[in-house]
Amino acid sequence: MPPSHYDVIIIGAGMSGLAAAIRLAYFDKTVCVLERHYAAGGLNSFYALGGYQFDVGLHAMTNYVPPGTRGAPLTKIYRQLRLTPEDFGLAPQYQSEVRFPGISLRFNNDFEFFVQEVIEKFPAQKDNFLRLVRHIRDYDELDLDAKPLSGRQVVARFLTDPLLVDMIFCPLMIYGNAEEHDMEFGQFVVMFKSIFCEGLARPREGVRRIITALRRKVRGVGGTVRMKCGVRSLRVEGGRVKAVELDSGETLTAGVIFSSAGYVETMRLCTDCDPEKLTPLEGRMSFIEVIHVLDKPMKALGHDATIIFYNTGKEFHYAVPADLVDPRSGVICCPDNFLFDKPIAKPMIRLTCLASFDRWAALEQPAYVQAKAEWLPRIHQEVLKFVPDFRAHSRFTDFFTPRTIKHWTGHVNGAVYGAPGKLKTGRTHLDNLFICGNDQGFLGIIGAMLSGISMANLHVLKK
Amino acid sequence: MTNDQINQAILQIISVIAPDEDLSHLKSDVALREQLELDSMDFLDIVMELRKRYKVEVPEADYGHLASLDSCVAYLAPKLKDL
Repeated sequence: MPPSHYDVIIIGAGMSGLAAAIRLAYFDKTVCVLERHYAAGGLNSFYALGGYQFDVGLHAMTNYVPPGTRGAPLTKIYRQLRLTPEDFGLAPQYQSEVRFPGISLRFNNDFEFFVQEVIEKFPAQKDNFLRLVRHIRDYDELDLDAKPLSGRQVVARFLTDPLLVDMIFCPLMIYGNAEEHDMEFGQFVVMFKSIFCEGLARPREGVRRIITALRRKVRGVGGTVRMKCGVRSLRVEGGRVKAVELDSGETLTAGVIFSSAGYVETMRLCTDCDPEKLTPLEGRMSFIEVIHVLDKPMKALGHDATIIFYNTGKEFHYAVPADLVDPRSGVICCPDNFLFDKPIAKPMIRLTCLASFDRWAALEQPAYVQAKAEWLPRIHQEVLKFVPDFRAHSRFTDFFTPRTIKHWTGHVNGAVYGAPGKLKTGRTHLDNLFICGNDQGFLGIIGAMLSGISMANLHVLKK
Repeated sequence: MTNDQINQAILQIISVIAPDEDLSHLKSDVALREQLELDSMDFLDIVMELRKRYKVEVPEADYGHLASLDSCVAYLAPKLKDL
């Protein structure tokens, strides 16, 4: 029989939950991570299909800095989790692009290159852009008490060319924005630094390598991870979570509960919650993703960009589409085009576009499968404006939708960046329940790990 | 523990927290923060490691005593004298 009481119970074995578990168990707390799925990773998990291995969310890890770079989030994570750069095995990107009609902004992991690119393409905006960069550099985006500001409004105080504004917002929104149209300025700064000032990288083995490193560490410091172990409810009494009830009927207790399930999702587990009131707080931004396994790498077809963030319309629209998919903008990722020491086993190309959860969820079989078949050529039509025609080289295709994301992660509406309102301190209405992960407010793989670390430090270790 | 042992213990802890730092030229009378890239998360970890390894409690009000190697030793010597 496993024990029934822990110092800390953590809901969800994603990046934030595993990172929190490492911190807490390392400092001698008894910790149990509960995961409903049979695979760890949450929104950054992996799966096998048709004899191939796929990553769920990982195109690239943001925040890459070379080993030993001082003060950077990635360095903090290695330190705080007592890991080394070898544990993650990150290879930097080659070069990426933001492509709009008739114009392109290239970037790599050297920020100066991007600055020069902006100055060259938008010479009239030079001074404005440099002032914006200084403002971003000086902004403390990790201040947990900062009040939310409109990113669009702040950026408009510096940049006067709407095309440049859209070209900067496009990758930052697609890679980490939970709200439609606008983006909170602190979040904008986090994403700007993580993508442009720092950079992109990927382990050759994909996200598995990172999850394996985290799980090995949790085990090594004495933490417990229980898989296929979903939480049915959090029994609330006297302003505290008194007990954690599992799907199996088993009951566990803990002094402190961390939940990475999402804010709305966690509140709905609480026996004192009013589910109706929570609906307006739900996140809605979700995506479809098409992954083609290719018989040769895109580089052999003459395409060496790592990632292309594209937009084909006059303006960039970041909103839940009215239709099933909005293929007018999106991401084209070639996992081969990182600077690996040897090529990855299976060449692929990944295509990502905004999608409507409601529309996909409303489809019954076989209409759901048919909708994928209908949308595939429409997505191809847009992305083939930016990459050589790879279709004859596709050996296997997977197509996942917001419904797939909801099914495997439990996140309402398949919202990959959680709810628009973030709880920076992680505090909830219950004394011993804290939110970590997406809805605490640090996004992406590095953000999620930092979230787990900071919540563990703030609410348990500093006490 | 002797003062020398405490000094070694602190260096050992810093090398675990910040394995990417070179500790061979540390001056014992100069603030650690001036010589190493240590942020508030790292200082919390020095406190946590002291608790984990030696069962010593350092209240938040006393964090200032951990500024340099010398001040660490002076502050910790009475707490660790029986170890």
